[in-house]
Amino acid sequence: MITSTLETVPDRAIREHLGIVQGSTVRAKHIGRDLMAGLKNIVGGELKGYTELLSEARDEAFARMLEQAEAKGANAVINVRFSTSSVTQGASEILAYGSAVIVE
Amino acid sequence: MEILLEFWQFLLVIFLLILGYFTGSIAERRHYKSIIRREDRLGNLVVIVAKTLPPMNPAPATTLVRGSVVISVDYFKRFLARLRMIFGGRIHTYESLLDRARREAILRMQEQARELGASMIFNMRFETSSISKGRKDAVGTVEVLAYGTAVIPAG
Repeated sequence: MITSTLETVPDRAIREHLGIVQGSTVRAKHIGRDLMAGLKNIVGGELKGYTELLSEARDEAFARMLEQAEAKGANAVINVRFSTSSVTQGASEILAYGSAVIVE
Repeated sequence: MEILLEFWQFLLVIFLLILGYFTGSIAERRHYKSIIRREDRLGNLVVIVAKTLPPMNPAPATTLVRGSVVISVDYFKRFLARLRMIFGGRIHTYESLLDRARREAILRMQEQARELGASMIFNMRFETSSISKGRKDAVGTVEVLAYGTAVIPAG
């Protein structure tokens, strides 16, 4: 599966557009990590636990998007975008979306 | 008794301010040093916000790459920012926080692209979000995501 933020795949014409595909996940923070985060809020610096948490969540959203694309029979997802929004205090939604296409 | 308790609370705030000031400035200096060092190393991997690839022969492979970081300011800087919010104006301490976060996210994306053997990154986008929005004492923690398309030359 080819994934890209561009509108085309170099040297491969788009044969068919299969519409939008998306994957999302909502994650809440974990108490142990919140304690560490509280400490980091005093001393400053990177919150590695949260970086990992959000990165894993994004992997999952991305994988769900690819699953959907596969189910549609696509071989590439172009114009991929990520979006993050905080649904409620302490939880955020991570969304990945793009256009599923069949390229040559 | 109550006065004594308030006094201890006051001392605690002073202690946290001093602790935050020292640890925070050490962390920031160290982070900037590492950012500058890695930017020198990855400088030849060009990141572009343009959408169209120049014609390349043979056609390159393309794939999505990303890098992200969650970073927080220290207690002292948050205190300064809160003061600033009373009078208005530039909040320098948050500017440097976001600058560090963006540069770090780009670097992580570049590192991923470098591992794939890419020569360029096209159509890079940023996504910034504030973590624990709405909680009174937690402003100043941000997540920055940088993502784009790595162009891997054929052959």
